Amino acid sequence: MGVEGIGARVARKEDKRFLTGKGRYTDDMSVPGMKYAIFVRSPYAHAKIRSIDAAAAKAMPGVIGVLDGKQLLADGIGNLICGWMIHSKDGSPMKMGAWRPLAHETVRYVGDAVAIVVADSVAEAKDAAEAVVVDYEELPVVTDATKALEQGQPQLHPEAPNNLIFDWQIGDPAATDKAIAAAAHVTEITIHNNRLSPNPMEPRATLGIYDGGDDHYTCYTTSQNPHVARLVMSAFYNVAPENKLRVIAPDVGGGFGSKIYIYPEEIVCLWASKRTGVPVKWTSDRTEAFLTDAHGRDHLSKVKMAFDANNRIIGLKVDTVANLGAYMSLFSSAVPTYLYATLLSGQYDIPAIHANVRTVYTNTAPVDAYRGAGRPEATYLLERTMETAARELGVSPAELRRINFIRTFPHQTPVIMNYDAGDYDASLDAAMKAADWNGFAARKAEAAGRGMKRGIGMSCYIEACGIAPSAAVGSLGAGVGLWESAEVRVNAVGTIEVLTGSHSHGQGHETTFAQLVADRFGVPIDSVNIVHGDTDKVQMGMGTYGSRSGAVGMSAVVKALDKVEAKAKKIAAHLMEADESDIVIENGELKVAGTDKTVPWFQMALAAYTAHNLPPGMEPGLKEGAFYDPANFTFPAGCYICEVEVDPETGVTKIIQFVAADDFGNIINPMIVEGQVHGGLAQGIGQALLENVHYDPENGQLLTASYMDYAMPRADDLPSFKVSTSNTPCPNNPLGIKGCGEAGAIGSPPALINAITDAIGNNRLTMPATPQKVWAAAHAAN
Amino acid sequence: MYETHYHRASSIQDAVKLRQAAGEGKYLSGGMTLIPTMKQRLAAPSDLVDVRQVPEMKGISVSGRTVRIGAATTHFDVASSSELAALCPAISGLASHIGDPHVRHMGTIGGSIANNDPAADYPSAMLALDATIITDRREIAAGDFFTGLFETALEDGELVTAVTFEAPAKAGYQKFANPASRYAMTGVFVVRRDNGDVRVAVTGAGSNGVFRHEGIEAALSAQWSPDALANVTVDPSDLLSDIHADATYRANLVKVMAKRAVAAARAD
Repeated sequence: MGVEGIGARVARKEDKRFLTGKGRYTDDMSVPGMKYAIFVRSPYAHAKIRSIDAAAAKAMPGVIGVLDGKQLLADGIGNLICGWMIHSKDGSPMKMGAWRPLAHETVRYVGDAVAIVVADSVAEAKDAAEAVVVDYEELPVVTDATKALEQGQPQLHPEAPNNLIFDWQIGDPAATDKAIAAAAHVTEITIHNNRLSPNPMEPRATLGIYDGGDDHYTCYTTSQNPHVARLVMSAFYNVAPENKLRVIAPDVGGGFGSKIYIYPEEIVCLWASKRTGVPVKWTSDRTEAFLTDAHGRDHLSKVKMAFDANNRIIGLKVDTVANLGAYMSLFSSAVPTYLYATLLSGQYDIPAIHANVRTVYTNTAPVDAYRGAGRPEATYLLERTMETAARELGVSPAELRRINFIRTFPHQTPVIMNYDAGDYDASLDAAMKAADWNGFAARKAEAAGRGMKRGIGMSCYIEACGIAPSAAVGSLGAGVGLWESAEVRVNAVGTIEVLTGSHSHGQGHETTFAQLVADRFGVPIDSVNIVHGDTDKVQMGMGTYGSRSGAVGMSAVVKALDKVEAKAKKIAAHLMEADESDIVIENGELKVAGTDKTVPWFQMALAAYTAHNLPPGMEPGLKEGAFYDPANFTFPAGCYICEVEVDPETGVTKIIQFVAADDFGNIINPMIVEGQVHGGLAQGIGQALLENVHYDPENGQLLTASYMDYAMPRADDLPSFKVSTSNTPCPNNPLGIKGCGEAGAIGSPPALINAITDAIGNNRLTMPATPQKVWAAAHAAN
Repeated sequence: MYETHYHRASSIQDAVKLRQAAGEGKYLSGGMTLIPTMKQRLAAPSDLVDVRQVPEMKGISVSGRTVRIGAATTHFDVASSSELAALCPAISGLASHIGDPHVRHMGTIGGSIANNDPAADYPSAMLALDATIITDRREIAAGDFFTGLFETALEDGELVTAVTFEAPAKAGYQKFANPASRYAMTGVFVVRRDNGDVRVAVTGAGSNGVFRHEGIEAALSAQWSPDALANVTVDPSDLLSDIHADATYRANLVKVMAKRAVAAARAD
C-alpha cells in the first residue's frame, strides 16, 4: 500500500488549515461593496399575511433595501420544489404545496421567511427588520403528523387534503398478511423515531453577488453539492441560466445532510443582489439554524413481525406516518420511502414484507435527510423489534439474529434491494468478543451489588450507500442521476490536480482522494491537489451525501486515473523505445519491466506538454476525465453492542462500553474511517439519549431553539469506543469500498435502547431516553 | 445587540453614581447571563456599569469562621480558594461545577445571586448557609433576599457588594444537571450547624425559585444521615414542570439529591 497509498493511516492534509484557523468558510468571504442581509421571519406557526409594510424600515439608517415575496414573484423567481416524485398506491402523484422563497400569502412554520432587509451592517439590518410591520391573521396549528391526518385539523396546503402528501406502499401486502395469519408468534410494537436538529458546527451562510456588466451571478454558499444547487436554481427557480451562475461551496463546517438542500436564503440573496445592486451576505445565527435547517427523522410506525415455530421470520408488516413539516424539501419524499422501506429486510432473510408510508404536512420546519436518512429509521424499527421478539420468544438476541441471517449472496430482498456481499456472522462474532458478551452476567451481578441496573443490547444494521445507479433511481422518481464525475490533470512538471464533483465538508477528501493517486503512481500526496466545490472549476457533479464520495466519487477518479495511466505508459514506452505493455509505474517512475530503463514521472509529464517527441498522432497534454455511474448500491453492515448502567434513583444512563464491528469493504484510510465511526456513534447516541426537537403542540413554537434546551452530546456523555472492521469487498465498484459516513448514526440508537430496556426490565421506552423517562419506565410495570 | 454605553466603575460609590446617572442602566459583573441576553436582543440597557474592577468587591476573606466573598469574585476564585476549601468545601465544589471553565473565569457570585436564575447554584448555598447579602446601602438575610423567579429584594439601583456567612460544621451540595444546559435541574444544599440546626435549600426545582424544604430539614435535624430521608415525601405541587422534567420527577430528584448531599457532607 505504500506509506501514503490505499490503506495507509495518513494524517489529514486539510487539518493544518482547519486547526490553525486558516479555513475559508462562506462567512469569511468578503467582496468590495458587500452588504448584510437579515430575514424577517414569521413568529407564528400558521398565519395569513394581510399586509407587509416596510416603509418605516426603509427609512432607517444604513438600509439599502427591503424586499418581499410579491416582488420576488413579479421577477419570475420560482417556488422551491421537491426533486423526487413519489406516487401514492392509488397512482396519484404526491401533493406538493407551494413553498415560496419569501411567503407573502401564508406562513406555515415559525421561521418562515417573509422579507429580506439589506443594510450596511448586520446591526442596522436587524434594527430595520424589527421595523417591518407584518399584519398576520393567526390560524390554528398542528405539529403532530398523526393528528394532522385526522378530520377537522388545520389544513396547510390546498393541494393536500387532510395534509396527506402521499400514501405509498412497497412489498406484497397479501403475502405478508398471509404470513402473519399463519405465524406461530407475532411480535407487535409501536416505534417512535424522534425529530432531530442537524447542528453542523458552521451555520448556513450565503453570499450573493450580481455582476451587471456580464449579467452574471456568483453564489458562495454552505453546500454539500454546489452543482446540484446551480442546477436547481437554474432549471427550477429561474435565478439565472447555468452559464450565468457560478456556485462556490468553499470550506464547509459539517453538513450531516442539512446542507444538501437549496433553501430560500441562497435564492433570495442572489435576487436581492441584483435588485439592490450590491453583494448581499447572510449568515444564520444558531437560533435561525434551529428554526430553519431541515430537521431529521420524526416517524411513528406500527410493526408486526411474524415468526414460524423455528423462530424464523416469515413476514414483516410496517405502517409508518412520517412528518415532512410545512413544505417538501428537496429530497424529503425519498427519505421515508426508498431510503427507508427498502432497508426493512435488514440482515435477515424475510420472505414477505409490506410497508405502508403516509407523509404529512405539519406546522413545523421542513424535514429531510439527516445522517443516515431513512436507514436509521429502518434499523431502529427492525432492531428494536428483533430485541423485543427475542425477549418474547425466550431466545437470546444473538441467537434470534443468527437464525435469520442472510448467508448467500447476491440476495434479493422483497423490497427492491439486491445485497451484493456481506458476512453478518463475522461482525456479530467480532462485536460479541470485543464486548465480552459472555462475561456480562457476572458484570450485571457486580453492578446489582452496588445498586445499579446493568443492561446489554445489540443492533445488527445494514445500510445502502454509494447512491446510486442513475437509471434505477430515475425509475423510482428521482429528478437527477446519481453518478459522479472526476478529472485528473497532470501538470507539465508532474504535479497532479484531481477535480471531483464530490464535496468535502469534514470527510477528509483532500487526503483520501490524494491517497488514490499516490497509490497508483507512487507520487507523494503533497504533489496532489484535490479541487472541488466550485462550478467554474469542476464542470458537473452530484455532491456528497449518503456515504457516496468513496464508492461513487472515488470510482470516477479511478476511471480517470486509468485513462491517465494508459496515456502515460504510451508516452514512456515511446521515450524508452519499449512496448507499452512492458511499462510499470512504481515510486514515481515509469519503468520497462525487467530492465533498468526508467523515466521519472515528471519527465514523462514534461514530454506530454513539450510534445517534441510523442508517439505519432498523439495529442499533447495529459488530462483525462470520467463519469462513473454505479451498478448497484453498496451495503455496509455491522454489529454494535452497548452496555449501560442505569441509576434507578435518578434514571441516569451511563454507557459502560460501546463496541462497533463494521464491514465497510476495502478501506482507504483507517484513521479517517475510525473518525467517521466515532462521529456517527456520537450522533446516534445523541439521538438515543439526549436530542429531541420539541414544538409546543398548541401554538407551534419551537421550545428547543437553543443549546439551553436542545441537548447535544458532549464528550463526557460518551465512552471510549471500541471499533473494528471486517471486510467483504464490494464487488460492484473498482475499489471494493462500501462507505462509512453514516453507519455509526444508523446502528447505534437501537443498541443503546435495547441495553437500557434490558437494564430496567421494561421494554416501553422512547427516544431520547432521558433520565426522567428511564426513571419512570424503571418504576413502572412492563 | 442594541447600542449601549459602557462604563467601568472604580469604586462602589462610583458604580452607584454611574448607575443613577444612566437611563435604563444595569450593573455588569461577569455578564454570563446579561451579555447573551443582550446579544439576543432580549435586554436593551442604555448603559452598562462594569463592577468587575472595583477593588472592595473582589476577593475572599476569612476571619475565624466568618467568610466574606466580594460580589465580583469569580466562580473560579471561589472554587480554587484553599481557605474556603478548608472551611466550607461544599461551596468550593459548587463553584467548581458552575458552567464551564470560561463561565467560571468570568461569572461572579454577586452576578449570580442578583440575577437569581431559578436554576442557578449559588442561591441554594446562600439560603442554606443563612448568608447575609451586603449591598451598597444595607444588609439583607438570604431568607429575605430571594423573592421569586429572577426576583430579589434589591431596590432599583441597589448593588450587591459582598456576601458573608458563618462556615457550618457540615455542608454538602449535589446537583442534577439539565442534560442540555447543565444548569441545575435540581440542586440541594444541606447545612448542619454545631448546635444541630439544619437548613436545606433547593434550587432548580421550585416553581417560585429557590426554597427551603422543611420536611427534609426536620428529618435531618432528628438524624443527620441519608437514611433519615427514607420516609420523607416531597410534594410535587409547587415544583416546576418543563420539557426536560416534570414536577413528579423533580420531587424524586429533590429527595435523591438531598440524600447524596448529606452523604457528601458527612464524607468531608
